[in-house]
Amino acid sequence: MSKWNFNDIVKWGPGRHEPGATIPESGTADDYETGGWRTDRPVRDQEKCNDCMICFFACPDSSILVNNGKLAEIDLKHCKGCGICAQVCPRDAIEMVNEIEAEKEEEEK
Amino acid sequence: MQQVTEIRWHARGGQGAVTAAKMTAEVALSQDKYFQAFPEYGPERSGAPIVAFTRISDKPIQIYSAIEHPDYVLVLDPTLLDAVDVTAGTSAGAVVIINSEEDATALARRPEMAGKSVYTVPATRIALETIKRAIPNTPLIGALAEVSGIFSLEGVLNEVKTSLGKKFNEDVVKANLEAVKRGYGEVSGL
Amino acid sequence: MTRKAITGNGAIALALKQVDPDVMSAYPITPQTEIAQNYAQFVADGAVKTEYIAVESEHSAMSAAIGSCAAGARTITATSSQGFALMWEMLFIAASLRLPITMPVITRALSGPINIHCDHSDSMGGRDCGWIQLYGEDAQEGYDNAIQAFRIAEHMDVRLPVMTMIDGFIISGAISPVETLEDDQVKQFVGGYEPVHPLLDIDNPVTVGAFDSLGGWYFEHKVTQNDAMAKAMDVIESVGREYGELSGRPYSHFKTHMIEDAEIVLVAIGSAAGNVKTMVDKLRSEGKKVGLLKVRTFRPFPHRQIAEALSSARVIGVMDRSDSFGSQGGPLFTEVRSALFEAEPRPQVYNFIYGLGGRDIFPDDIEGAVRLLERAAAGEKVSHARHYLNVRGVSVDGQA
Repeated sequence: MSKWNFNDIVKWGPGRHEPGATIPESGTADDYETGGWRTDRPVRDQEKCNDCMICFFACPDSSILVNNGKLAEIDLKHCKGCGICAQVCPRDAIEMVNEIEAEKEEEEK
Repeated sequence: MQQVTEIRWHARGGQGAVTAAKMTAEVALSQDKYFQAFPEYGPERSGAPIVAFTRISDKPIQIYSAIEHPDYVLVLDPTLLDAVDVTAGTSAGAVVIINSEEDATALARRPEMAGKSVYTVPATRIALETIKRAIPNTPLIGALAEVSGIFSLEGVLNEVKTSLGKKFNEDVVKANLEAVKRGYGEVSGL
Repeated sequence: MTRKAITGNGAIALALKQVDPDVMSAYPITPQTEIAQNYAQFVADGAVKTEYIAVESEHSAMSAAIGSCAAGARTITATSSQGFALMWEMLFIAASLRLPITMPVITRALSGPINIHCDHSDSMGGRDCGWIQLYGEDAQEGYDNAIQAFRIAEHMDVRLPVMTMIDGFIISGAISPVETLEDDQVKQFVGGYEPVHPLLDIDNPVTVGAFDSLGGWYFEHKVTQNDAMAKAMDVIESVGREYGELSGRPYSHFKTHMIEDAEIVLVAIGSAAGNVKTMVDKLRSEGKKVGLLKVRTFRPFPHRQIAEALSSARVIGVMDRSDSFGSQGGPLFTEVRSALFEAEPRPQVYNFIYGLGGRDIFPDDIEGAVRLLERAAAGEKVSHARHYLNVRGVSVDGQA
């Protein structure tokens, strides 16, 4: 939840900003969705995955979401599709699938 | 111009010229005078000829350039007389006080000393006999007090007592007081 | 009030000790000054509660100071010469993050050729990095400015880092009398530290140093930096007045000596102002109408006040201890002459460059400068190119 109301920030003059360009809120990168940068999407095979978490440590965008020590899901709002997770997976449990095809497949379901 | 007494100290690196300039500043402080004490800045090389400066005045001193025309020149090491011209920039009436066993009349015959008031004091011997170390600056400050009258002997003794008394035992303080007194008493000139 | 025989470095280290800030980050060896060394001794002796971070370079010293100050700690460092140059990129970041770090600077030349002695190349080179700059003449002013710096930097209208300068060796290494305040007087004057948006306030998390690029608000943030500088102008004055009530030594942006009826005024900064003052007194005793304006605040530059103070002078000589190669003159000169552009009648302004790399400035040099200004005052055409004082093979008239 955003505490910082910056809806009309485009109209702000110099006086409205916090001194030092400080943003009076933390973790604001979460608001910036980078999922749209993706051309290939990681798709996990739950049968092959044994929750070793190597992909969790390797992901540069913190997009491997974990719950109770198990891989819960891949955060597609922020995943940029770099494919590092698929590269490092020792069980080939993550496959990079073309984004358009993946979307089609999703719709069919 | 303000009335400022300007002193130049000549020594070799490591002989305590900077300490002497500093001690003189402390004495000036204790007598509510204004002062500056500063070395000639540069690389410190043990044994190389160096100079240090002291200015003393009854009024605030607001000039920060090196001393060109000192009123007093103090030479901590007599071998420097053949290495540098310790009288450089001095006017006719300048006073030169040299740590030396020699008689002032003999040293006054040196050509560069023409017209100067030359004094000698066996400061190293006094230091060896009192402080037991070859540090001539304490007796030289005694000699400076006697020759210049800028400070009273008592003022110097009081300052040595307070400043050394904080760090050293009674014997060390006593030896230094004796060194000042003997420097004051044994300086002789023309 | 105690009177001490102390070096410029020692006096400033003592001022910092009396404030006892939370953190000092400093590069401990040359080109550092004795300030950092003395302060490390205070920490080792348990005389202060400060956390001392010994870092591996001046770049790191300023980086650590930025981190520490952003975290919410009252933070100091100190530097000189090449160390100042190595801090360069971080100086801008400290200012743009509006972190009230204070830093004594012992002004010394920048290499090359290799030189360790006094001039203002280091601090004047950093004049546009967004820090407030106060210059002192002697050790007393170095001590007083170091204390006032905290109040100016931390003022809620300002929140900018402050550097306070004294001349390397000439003042930093010389022993002179300094009147010091009592510890509790200093602590009371400086007051407690109130951080703004500290990173360590985990109940109110913030983001510091975010990307602020083309589509962002970088430009607006730069405008606020200049606004803060403008506000600092009054704060420096009011802190200086209040410090005067405490110590008997009031401070303003500059100090004048005998300028009311002066036809010729020399403008100087740093220790040379004392040399000039001594010469002004001598020339006055000879009946010459000469005065001095000694600049203390260089950033923000008090252009309006200086123009007003110089309104009756006909010929002005500005003395710079650093050069700005290829510009019309040294940094102080360009500021002063620009400040006088709208003055009516507009005085003649000449520039004297002196003292680079520690070259001494003697009374004769200043007298030579005044002679040149007298000729200009008498109507003679005098070159507006730089005039150098005490350069070998060149007279003050620029003729070999």
